[in-house]
Amino acid sequence: MPYRLLRFALQSKYSEPRMFRSPERLQDEYDVVIIGGGGHGLAAAYYLAHEHNITNVAVLEKGYLGGGGTGRNTAIVRSNYLTPEGARFYQASLELFQDLSRQLDYNLFYSERGHFTLAHSPASLRTQRWRAEVNKQLGIDSEMVDTAFIQRKIPEIDITCGGHQAPIYGALYHPPGAIARHDAVAWAYARGADQRGVEIHQQTAVTDIEVRDGKVAGVHTDKGFVKTRKVLSAVAGWTTHITDMVGIRTPLVIHPLQAMVSEPLKPWLDHIVVSASLHLYVSQSSRGELVAGGSLDPYELISSRSTLEFAEGLGGHMLDLFPCLGDIKVLRQWAGLCDMTPDFSPVMGTTPIGGFYIDAGWGTWGFKATPISGNTMAWTVARDQDHELIEVFKLSRFTDFALVGEKGAASVGH
Amino acid sequence: MKILTCPVNGPRPLQEFQYGGELREMPDPDQANDSGWADYVFHRSGEPAIKREWWYHLPSGTWFVAERDNRLDEIVRTYLYDANREIGK
Repeated sequence: MPYRLLRFALQSKYSEPRMFRSPERLQDEYDVVIIGGGGHGLAAAYYLAHEHNITNVAVLEKGYLGGGGTGRNTAIVRSNYLTPEGARFYQASLELFQDLSRQLDYNLFYSERGHFTLAHSPASLRTQRWRAEVNKQLGIDSEMVDTAFIQRKIPEIDITCGGHQAPIYGALYHPPGAIARHDAVAWAYARGADQRGVEIHQQTAVTDIEVRDGKVAGVHTDKGFVKTRKVLSAVAGWTTHITDMVGIRTPLVIHPLQAMVSEPLKPWLDHIVVSASLHLYVSQSSRGELVAGGSLDPYELISSRSTLEFAEGLGGHMLDLFPCLGDIKVLRQWAGLCDMTPDFSPVMGTTPIGGFYIDAGWGTWGFKATPISGNTMAWTVARDQDHELIEVFKLSRFTDFALVGEKGAASVGH
Repeated sequence: MKILTCPVNGPRPLQEFQYGGELREMPDPDQANDSGWADYVFHRSGEPAIKREWWYHLPSGTWFVAERDNRLDEIVRTYLYDANREIGK
């Protein structure tokens, strides 16, 4: 190891191969421009090149790769959703995830943990029964379990919540629920896309989109104009900024979502534990940190600031479930921007502007959908036609009154 | 933002308030067509701006309007709703 390190001192150039190239300048024209170098945009770039042989693609990223929602989520993957459309979509994503480390030849630390959604009332037991039955119909491994089962699987949990909260009545148990290294997902897709000819431009902001006769003609950036007929917007919390450029109205409202991690502990929590009533989800990462997230901040805000109120509230609720954590310290906390939709489903596919495709409305449920959204958006962009898995998520559902109500399964705290 | 000034009760901690969404003009339900009504029901302006919003002071049951910068999280001013004043803004 010291000799490997010594190479860096002795050579003027960085002596390790980089994950992907950093092109000096933009070309004049691309077949497809993808705005946003997060997991979704990079996955779409990868599948465009890998499955559709479209390689003259540029991914434009204002900051650095995976610095937005991709690097700020709590890295949970599951498919136990409420609507058949949603459950089918997320199940396809989970299946892609299960084989992704091998396909991308990169260790994503994909770790199946088993996912508990706790019910603190008879009413939530009913919703969970509904979810379990929808899931089973679609072949998704999902079932109701009683408190004895929960206690056996998670001995540290306090079923009574210390008497401070309503006790646990039961849970929806989803054995394939998993966590993954979220940064690695972005990097692996970036490397795979780069190897197939896609250009990744970091520190490149899109300033305007040229639309002529209702069709995309090009993209203005802070490094000049590029011609293109197809633009995919995959910028989650910044989507309204992009849709304003092309004059599309959306239902998106931006709220921050905060999360935090504890100091690293020896492994003790095998499972992912979610409690909608306590506004909490928690898992233990491969580094030993407890990764915990809460509900959305209660009002609209386009800022990723953190608050003490959040840390106090989430910490208190973690102690209700796990009194053994009394002496554990919070290591860091952060926030990400969530582009929330009224029905808690994403907005995907073609738009009224020819050649402008949207992948947005990822609110608090985007990370788990990274592979399937990249895959279906690449299909959609390549053929200029909505993929059958995402037809129900199109933007026009808000003018057709055809919403896909996923609130009961997509987030906590409502 | 930690303190919000209720037009009736003065400066109070944020925990006493609830957010009620952006203040928007409702089109006449009898006159609006389907797309106009859908636009009112679902579509929002998501860009950073100083917006007029509904806020509710829970202990006193007061609904009022706050003008807030939703990027800096700063209140510009708060006042009680006045239909005559809001129209045409």
